[in-house]
Amino acid sequence: MDDIKVNQNPKLGSIDRPNSYIGRSIPRQNAKKHLDGGGQFVDDLVLPRMVHVAFLRSPFAHAEIKSIDVKSAKQSDGVIDVFTAKEIDEVCKPWIGVLGHLGEMRSPEQSPLAKNIARWQGEPVAVVVANSRAQAEDALELIEVDWLEKDAQVDMETALDPNAVIIHPELGNNLFWTRTVNQGDVDKAFKEADAVVETTLDFARHTGVTLESRGIVADWNKAENKMTIYHNGQAPHMMQHIIAKHLDLNEGLVRIISRDVGGSFGIKVHVYPDEMAVTAISKKLGRPVKFIADRLESFTTDIHARCHKISGKLGVDKNGKILAMEIDDLSGIGPFSMYPRTSAIETNQVLNLSGAPYVIPNYKAVGTVVFQNKTPMCQYRAVGHPIAVAITEALIDKAAYKIEMDLDKIRKINFIPDNSYPNKSPSGVPLEDLSHQASMDKLLEIMDIKEIETKKKDDYEKGILSGYGVISMCEVTNPSPLFYGVGGAHISSQDGASIRLEGSGAIHLSSSITEQGQGTEAIMKQIAADQLGVKLESVRVTLGDTDATPYGGGTWASRGAGIGGEAVLKAARKLKDNILNIAAAIMQTDKDSLDIEDNNVIRKNGGEGISLQKLAETVYYRGHEIPKGTNPELLATASFLIEGIPFVFTNSAMGCQVSIDQDTGIIKINKFWAVEDCGTQINPKLVEEQIRGGVIQGIGGALFEECVYDDQGNMQNATMADYLVPMAYEMPDIIVDHVTTNSGRSIIGAKGAGEAGTGGAPAVIMNAINNALKQVGAEVISQPITPEKVLKALGKI
Amino acid sequence: MTANNTSNISFTVNGEKFNNVNVPSRQHLADYLRSQGFTGTHLGCEQGACGACTIEMDGKAVRSCLVLASQANGSDLKTVEGFDDQMMEQVKQSFLKHNAFQCGFCSPGMLMTTKEILLSKKKLTRDEIRSEISGNYCRCTGYQSIVDAIEECINEIN
Repeated sequence: MDDIKVNQNPKLGSIDRPNSYIGRSIPRQNAKKHLDGGGQFVDDLVLPRMVHVAFLRSPFAHAEIKSIDVKSAKQSDGVIDVFTAKEIDEVCKPWIGVLGHLGEMRSPEQSPLAKNIARWQGEPVAVVVANSRAQAEDALELIEVDWLEKDAQVDMETALDPNAVIIHPELGNNLFWTRTVNQGDVDKAFKEADAVVETTLDFARHTGVTLESRGIVADWNKAENKMTIYHNGQAPHMMQHIIAKHLDLNEGLVRIISRDVGGSFGIKVHVYPDEMAVTAISKKLGRPVKFIADRLESFTTDIHARCHKISGKLGVDKNGKILAMEIDDLSGIGPFSMYPRTSAIETNQVLNLSGAPYVIPNYKAVGTVVFQNKTPMCQYRAVGHPIAVAITEALIDKAAYKIEMDLDKIRKINFIPDNSYPNKSPSGVPLEDLSHQASMDKLLEIMDIKEIETKKKDDYEKGILSGYGVISMCEVTNPSPLFYGVGGAHISSQDGASIRLEGSGAIHLSSSITEQGQGTEAIMKQIAADQLGVKLESVRVTLGDTDATPYGGGTWASRGAGIGGEAVLKAARKLKDNILNIAAAIMQTDKDSLDIEDNNVIRKNGGEGISLQKLAETVYYRGHEIPKGTNPELLATASFLIEGIPFVFTNSAMGCQVSIDQDTGIIKINKFWAVEDCGTQINPKLVEEQIRGGVIQGIGGALFEECVYDDQGNMQNATMADYLVPMAYEMPDIIVDHVTTNSGRSIIGAKGAGEAGTGGAPAVIMNAINNALKQVGAEVISQPITPEKVLKALGKI
Repeated sequence: MTANNTSNISFTVNGEKFNNVNVPSRQHLADYLRSQGFTGTHLGCEQGACGACTIEMDGKAVRSCLVLASQANGSDLKTVEGFDDQMMEQVKQSFLKHNAFQCGFCSPGMLMTTKEILLSKKKLTRDEIRSEISGNYCRCTGYQSIVDAIEECINEIN
């Protein structure tokens, strides 16, 4: 691995000093266990007297449960018990997925198991507890349910019609939430515009398809009144609060342990009814209960994502200057808003982020979120971004074509200038430390549009349709309390770090950020070792355990490096200060004349120092040798949160070049470029891998992934053979580059980097495809852009 | 066949003998191996689509979710826990260097596929490597780093 030196943050000191690890692409030291088969995932856990569950799930999208007979199932081999809603409700209180800060949200109470009515295909209705999962599944077949199938409201576009099926009669209609943003006067501006363009885009539902499915082991210890939960989630302290609240337990006696997690991408940050049922069952039975979703359960019960239809309109003057933008977005979220984050945030971000890189003086956005009888929809990687970026960038391309302006030029004319921050998005969201101009310049430098244009002409003469796109975007990262906490959710926006020098001279660090493979543990180690002046291998890290880590939010919305990393930096600096104070007392010298290098306290001007091991031994075992009044604390903690703004935004510019086979409609992505400005990169290789992985997920959404439903609300492709995910052969290499504008909100200066790829790729791919199709007067407006849709656009079928 | 039928079989796992063990006749090999503590073998889809459970059976890569445990009678099995020879150690170092995995859930299967590529002694192009690993799903990396690692292994080992 080449040591990439990208540290341009003067607050962190020179990169050429000893133990400088921030800014270096060091392979993850903690990761080899995964290559030795030594990861510890939830399903790997076996506890004494542990039992397994299988859920009876609704086969219908909407049906009344007239009766359930579990007698035969209870007699089946290996079965411990069978529960329905009545028994689980005795232990677990229902929840409602609403927040208080975004206007009125209306969602009904939801319980672990459906009562009387099932509202999506896959909703849990009854649960068998048995000695093995296989025995539990055998018994499921013996449960007799008298179903009365009802009409289902499947299509979101008719959900508010007068004759729609009302999913929750007590709400009167199927509206969950709506929001309008109105800045300036769009109607007036459109009248003054030289060119007005419009489009309507569709985004299908897709889902996370984490390779490791959701899983939980709940272990109620009656003797200690303690609930221990092994959970492959992203936010242990949030789960601690929720389980305590709904099972009426002492929150301090709920322990959440999240060991290795096989990918999450937002899927595993929500509260799922089946997982709540498992905790209730453990409480009832007083023994460990394991649930691991199988792939069918993953497809029909993991939250789905997207599901939008958005119309947009953009007005420009003859010089390409944007005068106004208007969008109207409709989204369908299934029958319940997810708890506790709600299913409004995706649409909220569409409204916040549309047009965000550009100066748009007049902006109007309407978002409408409706219920339907499909799997619940909620926040997934790059929440709302693909829709916001795609509509913005599609409209800008259309405007450029209409006024015959280059695709890069129209963007450059309209960017919020790099030197104008702090600034605001067209929707009024505060923005700071962004670099759309510099990032686009860098993108154009690495992708060579002239060459691509020449190739496009050559290709056309050969009968190949090729095209390209360039886009810019803002990426939501490092959220503040104004995101969830202000709305009443117990989701911490603050993260903590605790660091100590141990008797052996080793450093132990714990953080409330969790690891799902991004490299959290690796970057925390890098920050701690860098700031303390110790060797990387002398730092040990504990994550994902509410009994062992400081309180905090966990890992979501690309907050690990920027918030959790800053807490580690501050804790390490405090510990260093403590160590140097003690060393100065022992060495009878001035603290400022000392430093730490390679695990030794050194005298800056030469002379004998003291090793951290020796210092620790002195403090811990021979405390009488240190001068009286010296603070012997070799433990430091620190916390960090973003104040005053909702998010620290990152920005990104992307380009891609595609070609289309006119006979088959197959799209080939030949090249893909991404320029990201996430401020300080703690480990550039890990940043690039976040971007690459994100882009591929974005390509999945743009070209392949769709939860296909029939008109009765049955999911038609709930297997990995039928639901298409990106596999290696179809995927391009992705060229990644950077611009670095540090966040002024922290010392470390890091913003997040996990969302942009997924948020931007669908827009740039769609634009590139339409750039190619434009040569023959065709256009695609619906994602995933399948070969069938391309052929339809070409008039071939 | 009832749910309680068992088969009496013998086989080896990473060289360790399993003689005359009774396995449920309906249990697939991945579930059996995991029940014996070989939890490095992961299950992603249980229908042969994701490749996470790929192990070595008598020198060949197989989806252990598509093989019944009883079909392993007389076989030599190797799971990721047994990938400890010099070549596989080099492969692991290359995977680490290129960050050819994030969460690690696909890695055991991906390593087995890599092993098969390397044992075939073929000099593959990047596109051919992509084709060879197209039966192994990875949600995290986007595959490029895996291709980088395998390409390096082909160049250095073969």
